[in-house]
Amino acid sequence: MTQLHILLVDSEPAMRRAICRVLGKTPMHLHEFDQDVEFMIDESTSGADAELKLQFLTPDLVIIDDNLPDVEAVHLIEGLSHRKLDMLVILMSAYASVESVVMATRQGAYDFLAKPFTPEEVRASIRKAAKHLLLRRHARKLAEEKRAARFQAMSVLAHELKSPLASIDGYLRILKDGSVVKDPGTTQRIVDRSLIRLDGMRKLILDILDLTRLESGQKQRKKEDTDVCELTRRAFETADVQAKERNIELTLNCAGKTVIRADRGEMEIVMNNLVSNAIKYNRDGGRVTVSIDGTGPRIVWKVTDTGIGMSKDEMTRLFEEFYRVKNERTRNILGSGLGLAVVKKIVLLYQGEITVNSKENEGTTFTIVLDFEPTVNSSVDTGSLAFLGGR
Amino acid sequence: MEALRMKTDKKLVLIVDDDEDILFQMKLNLAETEYEIMTAGSEKEARKILEDTRPDLVILDLMMENRDSGFVLSHSIKRLDPMIKVILVTAVTSETGMEFDASTPDERRWVKADTIMSKPVRKDQLLREIDSLMGA
Repeated sequence: MTQLHILLVDSEPAMRRAICRVLGKTPMHLHEFDQDVEFMIDESTSGADAELKLQFLTPDLVIIDDNLPDVEAVHLIEGLSHRKLDMLVILMSAYASVESVVMATRQGAYDFLAKPFTPEEVRASIRKAAKHLLLRRHARKLAEEKRAARFQAMSVLAHELKSPLASIDGYLRILKDGSVVKDPGTTQRIVDRSLIRLDGMRKLILDILDLTRLESGQKQRKKEDTDVCELTRRAFETADVQAKERNIELTLNCAGKTVIRADRGEMEIVMNNLVSNAIKYNRDGGRVTVSIDGTGPRIVWKVTDTGIGMSKDEMTRLFEEFYRVKNERTRNILGSGLGLAVVKKIVLLYQGEITVNSKENEGTTFTIVLDFEPTVNSSVDTGSLAFLGGR
Repeated sequence: MEALRMKTDKKLVLIVDDDEDILFQMKLNLAETEYEIMTAGSEKEARKILEDTRPDLVILDLMMENRDSGFVLSHSIKRLDPMIKVILVTAVTSETGMEFDASTPDERRWVKADTIMSKPVRKDQLLREIDSLMGA
């Protein structure tokens, strides 16, 4: 139930009583908003009294008779429109002429009620004004939320880009200083770490571009027969060095070809991200298993690792942009915080499902379910970086 | 750690940051000073160290496990021992428009830090702040 506050300005008590009766009876239902509106009405018998009340009250709606004993109604309306309040004014007049309507509208009146009017006419006019007010407020709220989300996303993005810069900046200053580094080993470490941070930054920028392209709905999508088993084997090849460094075994369970109609590039992004994560968040000597089941009505694609796992709370936030599980075990693992947001977006574009199941210190399984011939949405708005897509 | 401190009689600086590069750099930059350096990579790790070690000064990153880890930790440290000096290091101010400072007593009452420094922190700036807080 929404309550709208009305100030009714009319010198005739009978007229005020009639309007109060019409509006006070039952709440007004606005179908468009699926909302009931009730009215709280304050009354003024003169322009001076209205002006006094308006010093303290900010009603949503002011209904003014144009035949006030002390003040010209248009002056009152003009005064109100100067104050730029979030309210609407309805002018009532027994001398309805085109000129007076134009004049009142120019001064800021929203609507005009010609006396005598029927109860239906009053309700129709108030209904129109209430809808206008609610719509305007809703639009304003949405715009504010969008601005806030945009600001939030931009500041997180700036922070994520500044961190590697600060780190590389620090290393270069240490090298420039010359007095701090005493051995070649330290110099080597400084150079290696700087390159790693640069790599991380490059990955972040590429992920932002992926996300932007997906958000924009502008990307040319080439749907073709894509064998997801073959795709997974390729993802394994890409991740081979990373896996060998930590002695992690990669296993694929796939009975022959499993073909889906999809953009190969997008499916590669999905698999490369999931396999890379399964290695990064694994333990040394662990295992990554990808199982593909194409025997049911939809493809079920599972990526399981024997890694550090995560808590329930961490799981619920996992697909948020820039969310990274932060604890002692993940401290040295670099990532953009966007990989899974990108993966989720692609899966949703293909009208698929992605779920995660994890146990701390035991491992994590990501499950993706997709149609063999998925219908692809042109875009999905799932995150705060949507504005980067230019919509 | 305590025993070592007694022996060397060096003042102890604890650096807390979840960015291993920043930790490494601060350690390098402070290596030649008269201070003994300890590091922690998270709020949690810092809390563990503080259970049995009393540093003379703590350098804290603001955003670690949580966005306000540094604030929370600095409150705990000052409650533990108000004599421990705290430097809060952050990159947050300029980005989010979140303005805070610790230059007046009123600000220091809610920001429980003796000094706030913006990232990136320069070596000479850092040394100057540490020396001044340690009364060197």
